[in-house]
Amino acid sequence: MRPSLAYRVFRVAALTVVVLALVAPLVWMVAAAFKTNVDIYDPGKALVFSPTLDNFGKVLQQANYVTFIVNSLWVAFAATVASLILGLPAAYSMSRFNMRKSALVVLMARIIPGVSLLVPWYYVFSNLRMVGGYEVLIISHMFVSLPLVVYIMMGYFDSLPTELEEAALVDGLTHIGAFRRITLPLSVPGIATAGILSFIFSWNNFMFALVLSDADTKTLPVAIFDFVGYASIDWGGLMAATTVVTLPIMVIALFVQKYVVSGLTAGATKG
Amino acid sequence: MATITSKAPSGATGTPGWVRWVNDHRKWLFAAPAMTFVAALLVFPLAWTGYLSLTDAEGSVRAESEFVGFQNYLDVLSDTTRFWPAVGRTATFTGVALLFEMVLGMAIALLLWRPFKGQKWVRVAILLPLVATPVAVGMMWRLIFDPNIGMANQVLGWIGIGPQPWLAGEHTALPTTIFIDVWQWTPMVVLILLAGLTSLSEEPQEAARIDGASTWQRFRHVTLPLLMPTVTVAILLRGIDALKTFDILYATKGRGGGSFHEVETLNVYAYGLSFDYNEYGVSSTVLILFFLIIIGAMWALTARRKEARR
Repeated sequence: MRPSLAYRVFRVAALTVVVLALVAPLVWMVAAAFKTNVDIYDPGKALVFSPTLDNFGKVLQQANYVTFIVNSLWVAFAATVASLILGLPAAYSMSRFNMRKSALVVLMARIIPGVSLLVPWYYVFSNLRMVGGYEVLIISHMFVSLPLVVYIMMGYFDSLPTELEEAALVDGLTHIGAFRRITLPLSVPGIATAGILSFIFSWNNFMFALVLSDADTKTLPVAIFDFVGYASIDWGGLMAATTVVTLPIMVIALFVQKYVVSGLTAGATKG
Repeated sequence: MATITSKAPSGATGTPGWVRWVNDHRKWLFAAPAMTFVAALLVFPLAWTGYLSLTDAEGSVRAESEFVGFQNYLDVLSDTTRFWPAVGRTATFTGVALLFEMVLGMAIALLLWRPFKGQKWVRVAILLPLVATPVAVGMMWRLIFDPNIGMANQVLGWIGIGPQPWLAGEHTALPTTIFIDVWQWTPMVVLILLAGLTSLSEEPQEAARIDGASTWQRFRHVTLPLLMPTVTVAILLRGIDALKTFDILYATKGRGGGSFHEVETLNVYAYGLSFDYNEYGVSSTVLILFFLIIIGAMWALTARRKEARR
């Protein structure tokens, strides 16, 4: 049945408001990044202004942002790969052997507030002289991405039929061989979902790097604060910095939209 | 290892003993690395935090500390200047944000339920706030809500409303941060509910329509009850994250939730005690209590879910 004309008009109007409310602030942020501080202060130049790249020059050259971009990329990449290496077999085992209690232990990591672990972590890692190093950042970010990988992949393995693995066993593969040669290749969409989500969450993570990184190893979310002074804020530089952090991740997410959505809603409909 | 096994002749009989051993014990061999990692980073530190909450540890993590029993708990639970207001703000922030996110999320999900032209673009718009870095989102709204140069007061001026202090006001700061949380995370609720709606079967809808049920009646008595498990999942996921909100609050108001602690939730309070004041004993006490609150809230929700299933 086709919805009534009145409903369709209402739907268009309501969704236009929703889209504007979600997108306009982001457009505003990106626009401000291309403005001089004088133009940001001038409401008459809200949308019509002569764009400048000075803010990005400041961010990339003076503020040493290239280093922080590399830091963020490396930490997110390493945490994601390590989480997949640890998480894929674990999720497989938990799915096939129905280890729901073990899964709950891993999912506890998602529930617990990060602050309650940071003091002990800080103590241990500072005694090991690891604070400020990449290893400790990667380990702390894995604490976020590993539960994500396990959660998403458990659901994915649950949905894979076991017949193909059984056929492989009959054909002479071992269980390990069947996992590697049959299950993993079939799971590429799930692995992509888990990997992309893990990368996004690590890239966006703020609190762990705030405590565990130092001036050279800090990641982008922490580096943003370089533009916030006690007395005043360099709005142009700050908005260029926030654009550098958010724009790449938003563009990537659009290209892999399907995976991001299926990862964010994983397990939601099973109840 | 796997290349050897896959070349083995038919049946697992020709394989070396250790490969068979790996096969037989794969359940725990597969799960052990991840479980050990999480246990080492979670169980032991949590036990330590529990121990610290019973000591007067402060200053340096290496300093000597004395066992003080439940003194910290008595102090914290009778602290009406910082602890209880922080509990109140956490409850307000989570409750109000969750309410708005669920109602708006449900409305938008229902609008997007049936396919229509241009739906793709709405979905793109919905995804953007979700993947944006929360700290950057906080900074973005800080510019928009700036009392002097922000666009928010500019827009209010067009419709004849006077300027508001937003994040800078003692009483407007918390509602403003709630607004930011709603802006960023309502899309999450939309995606979850939409996934639930799409998985519903059409027959109950059709039957209700034939019986002459109105749109509202169909939603209230058919769609909503069927969608309830998904709604609970959305409340659970969003609720836990809202309780733990840190990035947006730290980005917009800085340490201690602002100079009047106007957005100081339990998480922000505990962070400040730990890393600004180095009061490890007291902060651990606050964290244990916070953790108990989260577990309690989750338990209440899942218990309700089990009851609803019966």
